[in-house]
Amino acid sequence: MDFIMNFPFFSIMICMLAALSTFMLGRKAAAWVAKGALFITLILSIVLTAWLHASGESFVYMMGHFPAPWGNEIRAGELEGVMAIFTSVIALLSIVSGRFSIRTGIDDTKQNLYYLITCLMEASLLALIYTNDIFTGYVFIEINTIAGCGLIMIKNTGRAVAAAVRYMVVSLVGSGLFLIGTTLLYSVTGHLLMQNINASVACLAADGSYKVTLTVITALMTVGLSIKSGLFPFHLWIPDAYAISVMPSSAMLSGMVSKGYIFLLIKLIYRVIGFDVFESTGVFDLIFIAGIAAMIMGSVAAIRSGYLRRMTAYSSVSQIGYIFMGIGIANNAGVVAAIFHIITHGLTKSLLFMTAESFTAGKEDIEVGDLKGLGHKHPVSAAAFTAAALSIVGFPLFAGFIAKMLLANASFTEGWRMYVAIGAIAVSTILNVVYFFRCIINLYGFGGFDGAKDDSDTETSITVQSEESSSAYHRNGVYVSAQSDCDAAPTRCEKSVHGICAIILAVINLYIGVAPKLLTAILTKGLNVFN
Amino acid sequence: MEKINFNEKKKLYILFRITGAILVIMLAASLIMCMLDLPGLFSPEHPGENVVAERYIESGIEETGAVNFVAGMILDYRAFDTFGESNVLFAATICVMVLLLVQNPDSKKSSSKSYYDELKDEKEIEPRLVKNDVILKTIAKFAVPFILMFGVYVILNGHLSPGGGFSGGAIVGSGFILASVAFGFDKMERFLNKKSAGIITFVSLMIYCLAKSYSFFTGANHLESGIPLGTPGDILSSGLILILNICVGLVVACTMYSFFSLMRRGKI
Repeated sequence: MDFIMNFPFFSIMICMLAALSTFMLGRKAAAWVAKGALFITLILSIVLTAWLHASGESFVYMMGHFPAPWGNEIRAGELEGVMAIFTSVIALLSIVSGRFSIRTGIDDTKQNLYYLITCLMEASLLALIYTNDIFTGYVFIEINTIAGCGLIMIKNTGRAVAAAVRYMVVSLVGSGLFLIGTTLLYSVTGHLLMQNINASVACLAADGSYKVTLTVITALMTVGLSIKSGLFPFHLWIPDAYAISVMPSSAMLSGMVSKGYIFLLIKLIYRVIGFDVFESTGVFDLIFIAGIAAMIMGSVAAIRSGYLRRMTAYSSVSQIGYIFMGIGIANNAGVVAAIFHIITHGLTKSLLFMTAESFTAGKEDIEVGDLKGLGHKHPVSAAAFTAAALSIVGFPLFAGFIAKMLLANASFTEGWRMYVAIGAIAVSTILNVVYFFRCIINLYGFGGFDGAKDDSDTETSITVQSEESSSAYHRNGVYVSAQSDCDAAPTRCEKSVHGICAIILAVINLYIGVAPKLLTAILTKGLNVFN
Repeated sequence: MEKINFNEKKKLYILFRITGAILVIMLAASLIMCMLDLPGLFSPEHPGENVVAERYIESGIEETGAVNFVAGMILDYRAFDTFGESNVLFAATICVMVLLLVQNPDSKKSSSKSYYDELKDEKEIEPRLVKNDVILKTIAKFAVPFILMFGVYVILNGHLSPGGGFSGGAIVGSGFILASVAFGFDKMERFLNKKSAGIITFVSLMIYCLAKSYSFFTGANHLESGIPLGTPGDILSSGLILILNICVGLVVACTMYSFFSLMRRGKI
């Protein structure tokens, strides 16, 4: 056994140990420990993925002295490696670039807890990605849920707590459904280890026994995971959770947390239920239709909301729709496209939230109309924002274009799904253009273009109300808390670090867009050895 | 503010409730249908009665050294899951701390006022807690030592009899809570305050994490762990399980007490 096979275990444990040690540290030391742990995780994941790509295999790793059906085990292949790199990149860049946001948005005594939650979140996501046992998956889903709740409510304003409660309730419903599915699956198969369940389910499906039960199990687990990742009919917790929390939280929640569940769903399809059995239950159609609905409705909601971060949050709804549509196409190419889009969207959306921070300038949110001319004030952020927006829209040269192209390509062999998928991609792209170009034009405009505002807005400007009281309510119930009177402006160092992070993300995005071959090759190869 | 049409909202609300009811009934019906289909829980044909359970029961004692199969299962065979479970508790403690810990009043962030600011003056709620509850005090004086002792017994015998870290820790924690209700937080703070609770939680989780990392690492790399299992049935047996039980018990006890304390007055 090679030493490199220990790396998945090392990366989980390093994040856990970092989480534990930040508990006792001050905020500055905690920040360094968290960043260091995430950086080591990133390096380990890159080395692991390169090694796996070279050898083209996957391996299981025994957690303890007992082999698989008795003990726990984790599995690492190329897909897992890529997902691990992706989550650690986003977590690392989010907390590195979010120093200003953390400093001003979170109470001094609680800042070390923020880094703790981040490390715990990363550890649980890694465990979710690497798990080879469905119950281990459930345990780490729990950590993920609780940590996500902490990420939202650490801001400690009333609205953040309300958003966290909403997130908690919705998310726990999802966990509950997943747990019911797990127990039912255990009752009919007698196993918790993925490949053993897979073998038993294949036997049951061949016998034709437990047909209803298998369908119910599949539906429950899929619905549970899609509630947690915010698929369309269950997306109502997303806008508040993403738009109200501090910047690194929104970047992480939208970028990687909801994606972990989708990856678990893919694992469920391939390694637990089995692709053919999953297809025979008809849940793919459900996912496909919900994904299409999300693509359209999310974009419409984004156009309707006139606030930058809220709009970006609604855009997440529509992008998650793309991912689920890719899975719902129900072939390998569709799933590869979906995973590709998971990565693209994670990188892009965290970049959008990151850059939105420099426009909001310490406030909670900003109206799209008020972006006017800010592009000249924050050139780096504006350029990165434009790149991210172009990527989401699907402009060639950017990663989003490749993702959309892969999705469309995957649907070609699938009959009626092709028409629906391509039509939906077209409509959704146009809608994306409407709301993102409105931002870009406002950013670089000097005041002529004023599409986002109508008459009712101009009479209440943010500054007037926020001087009178510490808070102000606006149309759509969006709350713009007053700028705190001290520490309002980011320091030079924070600004440049923020800029560098944004540039790194934009360059990764551009690189994936220009040279997608490597990533698609890894994903295709990884999916082939997945089952 | 937008003008809200209440009649329309009311209609939507009714519609929402009806759809909710239909969905719940559908979910319940499908689950009941599945339940009727499932194999009986204790029947020999149950798929759960397979090699996995067999090995736990047949060679559990010699492999883990724990007479209590459940302890051997959760702390040795499937230790990674249990490690996750204890981290769920840790995460929950952190989130409750994030939510309820009263902010430092000298903090510069005047704009984000905590809801729990009114609780920061703990003198206001303390008298209500410790009035002249003679009955409570007298009974607590007798009960608390026994509760704590029983909790410690359950923790220390986790590998020999039903119980273990989670349940024993809960018992010890409830003993702490009873003591703090009866005698006031001042007296509890002498030995369990924010600092000591933090150190206890940190050290036990750290020992847990490092011990388990060692065992995972040696196991996966097929190395000898070198931890003696002892004679099954002795108090000092079953390798790491006893130590892990003590760690989990301490964490759970501190968690229980700090939840209560945080909810009562916003600090540990």
